[in-house]
Amino acid sequence: MSVSTAVFYLIALITVISAGMVAFSRNIIYSAFSLLGTFMGVAGIYVFLGADFVAAVQVLIYVGGILVLILFAVMLTHRITDVEVTNRAAGRIPGLILVGVLLYLLIDTIKVTPWARAKELVYAASTAKIGDLFLYTYLLPFELASLVLLAALIGAVVLSRKEIKE
Amino acid sequence: MSPNDLSSYLIIGAILFCLGLFTVLTRRNAISVLMGVELILNSANINYVAFSHFSSGNADGQIYAIFVIMLAAAGAAVGLAIVLAIFQLFHTIDVEAAETLRE
Repeated sequence: MSVSTAVFYLIALITVISAGMVAFSRNIIYSAFSLLGTFMGVAGIYVFLGADFVAAVQVLIYVGGILVLILFAVMLTHRITDVEVTNRAAGRIPGLILVGVLLYLLIDTIKVTPWARAKELVYAASTAKIGDLFLYTYLLPFELASLVLLAALIGAVVLSRKEIKE
Repeated sequence: MSPNDLSSYLIIGAILFCLGLFTVLTRRNAISVLMGVELILNSANINYVAFSHFSSGNADGQIYAIFVIMLAAAGAAVGLAIVLAIFQLFHTIDVEAAETLRE
C-alpha cells in the first residue's frame, strides 16, 4: 500500500468518524467541534480529486466562516456555565433503520452502476480554468450570486437585530 | 476502495449524506439540524467534484461545488439569524417550541 493510499484512508476515516460524532454526540459543543474534522477531511478529499481551488474555498468559507458562525450561535443560545448542555434526539431507532436501509440502497446502486469514465485523469492547477469559466460560461449565475449574498446579508441583519417596542 | 476509484468517493459521500439525514431527522435542536444540512451539502459537493474529476474531466463540477458552498454560507447566515431571533422570543431553540411561529 503506497503512502497516498494510506493518507486517503486516514482522511476518509477522519471525515466519517467526525460526521458520526456530529450525528450521535450527546453534547452540542462536541458536535460543533466535530464538524471541524468533517470539513477539513472533505477539503483533503478535494485535494485527492485534483480540485485545489475548491479545497481552499472549503477551508476558507466552511471552517473560517460557517463553523465560527455555528459556534457563535451555540455559545449564544446556551448558558455555558451549565454542565448539562444537552442535545436531545427523538425517534432514534426508526431514524437509524430508515437511514441504514437508504445507505444500503445507495452503496448497492454505486457498486452496480457502470459510471462513465473520463479519457484521462488530470491533476493540474484548476484556478485559472475556474476563473475563465466564471467570467465566460457562468457569468450570469456569478453575478446573481452576488445579489443573493447581498440579500442574505441584509436579511440576516434585519432578522437578528432587536426590535424596538413602543 | 482506492484513491483512484470513483466509487470510493461516492461511498464516502453516501455515508456523509446518511449521517446528515439522520441528524436532520432526529435532532430537536435547531442548530443541530443546521449542522445536519451542512453535512448533506458537503456530501453533494464531494459527488460533484468526484464526477467532474473522474467522469467528465473538466472543471464544471468544481464550479457547481463553489456555488453550493456560497449558497450554504448564505443559508447558514440567515438560518442562524432566525435561530437567534427564535431564542430571543421563546428562550429555547427546540424546534417544537417554535411551531406556533409567534408568542
